[in-house]
Amino acid sequence: MASPEIADVVVIGGGPAGLAAAAEAKGAGADRVILLERADRVGGILNQQVHDGFGTKVFKEALTGPEYAAIYEDRVNERGVETWLKTIVTDLTADRLITVRNEKGVQTILAKSVVIATGCRERTRGAIGTAGTRPAGVYTAGSVQNYMNVRNLAVGRKVVILGSGDIGLIMARRLTLEGAEVVCVAEILPQPSGIAGNIVRCLEDFGIPLYLSTTVAEIHGKERVTGVTLAEVGPKMGEVKGSRRFVECDTLLLSVGLIPETELAVGVGITMHPATNGAVVDDSFRTSIPGIFSCGNVLQVHDVVDFATMESEKAGVAAATWAMTGKLPNPVINISAGAGLRYVLPATISGEDSVDFTMRPWKEEHDKSVVFKSGGEVLRRLKMPHMEPAGMIRVRVGLGRFNNVVNNEITAEIED
Amino acid sequence: MSEKYDVAIIGGGVVGSAIARELSRYNLKVTVLERAADVARGTSGKNSGVVHTGINVPYGSVKAKYNVAGAKMFEQYCADLDVPFKRVGKVIVALTEAEVPDLAGLKAKGDANGVPDLEIIDRATLKKMEPNIEGAGALNVPTAAIACPYSLTIALAESAAAAGVEIKLNSPVTSITGTEGAFEIETPNETVSAGLIINSAGLNSDKIARMVNVHRWRIWPCRGEYIILDKRVGNLINSMVYPVPPKGGGGLGIHITPTTDGNILLGPSADYTDDGDDVRTTAKIRRQLLREAGEFLPGLTPRAVITAYSGMRPKLVPSKVGGFGDFVIEEVPEAPGVMQLVGIESPGLTASPAIAEHVSNWVRERIPATSNSGFQNTWSSVHRTREKTLAVVDNLIAEDPSYGEVVCRCEMVTKAEIVDSINNKLGATSLNAIKYRSRATMGRCQGGFCGPRIVDLLIENGKSPESITLNGGNSWLFLGTTEDLRAESKAKRAKQKADAEKVEAK
Repeated sequence: MASPEIADVVVIGGGPAGLAAAAEAKGAGADRVILLERADRVGGILNQQVHDGFGTKVFKEALTGPEYAAIYEDRVNERGVETWLKTIVTDLTADRLITVRNEKGVQTILAKSVVIATGCRERTRGAIGTAGTRPAGVYTAGSVQNYMNVRNLAVGRKVVILGSGDIGLIMARRLTLEGAEVVCVAEILPQPSGIAGNIVRCLEDFGIPLYLSTTVAEIHGKERVTGVTLAEVGPKMGEVKGSRRFVECDTLLLSVGLIPETELAVGVGITMHPATNGAVVDDSFRTSIPGIFSCGNVLQVHDVVDFATMESEKAGVAAATWAMTGKLPNPVINISAGAGLRYVLPATISGEDSVDFTMRPWKEEHDKSVVFKSGGEVLRRLKMPHMEPAGMIRVRVGLGRFNNVVNNEITAEIED
Repeated sequence: MSEKYDVAIIGGGVVGSAIARELSRYNLKVTVLERAADVARGTSGKNSGVVHTGINVPYGSVKAKYNVAGAKMFEQYCADLDVPFKRVGKVIVALTEAEVPDLAGLKAKGDANGVPDLEIIDRATLKKMEPNIEGAGALNVPTAAIACPYSLTIALAESAAAAGVEIKLNSPVTSITGTEGAFEIETPNETVSAGLIINSAGLNSDKIARMVNVHRWRIWPCRGEYIILDKRVGNLINSMVYPVPPKGGGGLGIHITPTTDGNILLGPSADYTDDGDDVRTTAKIRRQLLREAGEFLPGLTPRAVITAYSGMRPKLVPSKVGGFGDFVIEEVPEAPGVMQLVGIESPGLTASPAIAEHVSNWVRERIPATSNSGFQNTWSSVHRTREKTLAVVDNLIAEDPSYGEVVCRCEMVTKAEIVDSINNKLGATSLNAIKYRSRATMGRCQGGFCGPRIVDLLIENGKSPESITLNGGNSWLFLGTTEDLRAESKAKRAKQKADAEKVEAK
C-alpha cells in the first residue's frame, strides 16, 4: 500500500449533493478536489429518474434526472475535479484520513476538508416489520425504478404500492405507462407523504386509488407474491378491527421513507441530530468534527433536488475556504425548533452572513407563519399559506436581522 | 435407466450434507436428493447458529450423546471448512431472584453431561460481563460457541461435491420402492437406484419414513420467528444471553444471540403449525420478541431491526404433550438398509459432525470402501474479504481487480465474491444461493442498492432475466424486459377491445 494521497477537499458521494459540493469547492479555489463515487458513473439516483421536474428552482426549467446530473458532471469535469469512480470509502478518521478501495487496490487520502454527501437508502420491509411470507416480488420503489428505467426489466404485472412517498407515486405512473396494473397505493398516515402535485399527476390522472390510514398487514405467497392483506389503522396506528381485506397482486412496492446513510459519519463520531438522523451542522455545514462537512440527503432528506444542490454548493465553498485558510466564521448563535416544527437546520450560526434555514412542520398547517425569535422579540416572520410534513420549508433570514439576538439564542416556531 | 448409487441421502440440510462429506472420504457412489433449489433452505438455514455444549439435554439421551460429541469436533470442523466460528460463551440469565434457584438445576444437568467450567455468577459479575443486560444472576457457560449454520451446510455440500458426491437440487422424493441393495427412488426428474438410504429429510423425515413403510413417527412442525438487528448495535452483548428455560416448553426460550457476522438475533418463538413450509413472520411475535428481549436488554430499540425470518423445528412431540423429544438415529426392522434420522431439531447443528461419523460407520459396515484420493480435508467456499486485513485485500486486488469492486456496501462483498458464488459447485443460481454464499443483500439495505448489480452479474454469467429467481421454483423476479410487458399489455387491451366490439355487434 502506497503512502496517502494529499488533497484539499475530498467529497464522498457523487450524487447531486456531492457533484455540487465538489464543483463549488474547486470553483472557490481549492487546489486538489477529489470526488469519490461508488458506482461506475456520477449522478447517483438522478440517473434512474427519467421523469422531468428537476431544475425548476436552479435553472427555471424542468429537466429529467439524467439531464440535471449531466450539467453537474460537465461542471466538475470542466473545473478539474478528480473523479474516482467505482471507489468505496471503507474508513474515515477524525484526522480526515480516508481509506478507499477500488480496482487499483486499497488507497488512503489525507484531506484538509472532507464533505460527506453519501445520500440515503430506502427503508425496507424488514425495517417496517411487514408480516407474512417472504416470497419474491417485494421491492423498494427505488430499486424498481432502477430495474425499469436503467435495466429495462419488468418486475410484475399487478402491483400494490405501500407508502405515498414521491418515489412511490412516480413509480405508480411509470409502471402504468409500462403496461403494469397498479391496483392501489396504501398510505399508513391520514395524509399523503408525497407532495400534492405528484398525487394529481401520478395517481389521479391515471385513476389509481389512494387509500389513506391503510397499511399492508400481511404479505401472501410462498414463491412469488400472490396478494396482500390491507388493513385500516386508527389514530394511534393500531389496526382497525374488521378492516382487513385481501387484494390480489404479484408485486408489492415499498415507498416507506428514506434513511440517511450516516454510517461513515457515525463511525467517525460526529454528533447526530435526533430529528433528521443526519449530522448537526452550522451555517458553514460543518459537523462537530473540525474539517468534516455534510450536505444533501445524508444531512436531511430533501424533496426537491434543487435545494440539495443549493445547500451543497455552500458546503463546497465552506470546505474549500477551510482547506485554504483554516478559518470559517465562528458559530456562536444556537438555533432551536420551537412549537410546530420537527427540526430546523443549521443548528448553530455565526450571525456574520444571511442564512437559508430549512425545516419541516410536524403536521399540515394553513395560513400560519414561521417566526424567528430571540429574547421574546421577533427577528423574522414569514407568512405561509400552506405547510405540510412532506414539504421542506426554506426561509432566508437576512444578515441585518441577527443584530438583535439576545443571549446567542434563536427559536424558530410556527405561529398563527 | 436409473442411475445407480451406493448411498442416497435424502435431504440437503446440515445433517445430510455432513454425511455426504463424511462419505466422500471413501470410494462410494453417493448422491444427495434435495427438494429445494439449494442446500440449507430448511431448518438448517434458519436457526440461532449456536454450538450447544450439552447443558440443555438430559443425561443419557441420544441428544446428549451426539450433542456432546459434536461440540468437541465443531471448532476444527469449521476451521477445516473455512466456516465462521466464535467461542463467545453463553450466560443463562435469571431475570428475577425467584429464578436464581433454577440455575443450580441447570448446572447439575450440564455437569452430568461433562460440560466444563460451568459457574453460577451473581448480579455484579453478570453486570461486569454484560453491562447492558439486566438480571439477578446467571449460569456462565464459557465453552458455548456460535457458527454460521448455512455457511457450514453449504461448505459441507460443496466439499462433498468437489470429492465426487452428486448433489441433486430441485429433487423432492415422491416415492421409494425396492429393498436394501436395490432401492428405487423417484423424483420428478428421474429415478435413482441406491443400495442404502439415509433419511435426513428433516421436516419431511416422517413422510420419507412412510415411503419405506415405517409409520412410527410424525413430525410436528414448530415455527420459530427471529428478528435480526443491525451490526451497529452488535456490541450490546458480548456472549449469548439465554433466559432460564420455560418449564415444560420443550424449548430454550427467547434468547439474544450474536451472529458470527456481528449482528444480533432475537428469538425464536415457538408456534406449532400444520405446514412445515409456512415460514411466515407475524406482527404479534415481532412485538413479543422485542418486548421479551427488551426485559433483558433495556437498550433495545425497534429502529435497530433489519429484518425478520422464521425457521421450523421438526419436532417429534406434539404441542399438547410438550416437553422433551429425543433424536431418532437408527435403522429399524421394518426398513433394513435405511438409516432413519428423525426429529433432528436443536441441537442438530452441533450434533451434525458426530451423527455424520456414526452414519458413515454404519454405511461402511454394509459397503466396505477404500479411501477416496479426490477427497480434501479442507475446503473454502467463497472468500470473505470483509474479514481480511487491508494488506491482504490489496494483494487480492492486485491478483484480481474484481476484488476491488464492492457490490454490497452494507456487508462489503466484492464482485469477485459474487461471481464465485454464482459459479458455485452445486450449480445453485438463485438470488438466495448468492446471498447465503457471499452475504450480499444481508445488510441494512436488504439488497436495495446491490440487487440490480447482482442481477447484472447473473446476466453476464449466462442467466436470462426471466430465469432469475429468488429461491428457485416459481419465485421469479422479472417477467422479462419492459418491452415484453408493454407488448403483453397492448395485446390484452386489443383483445378487450375486440371482445367489446363483438358484444356490441350482437
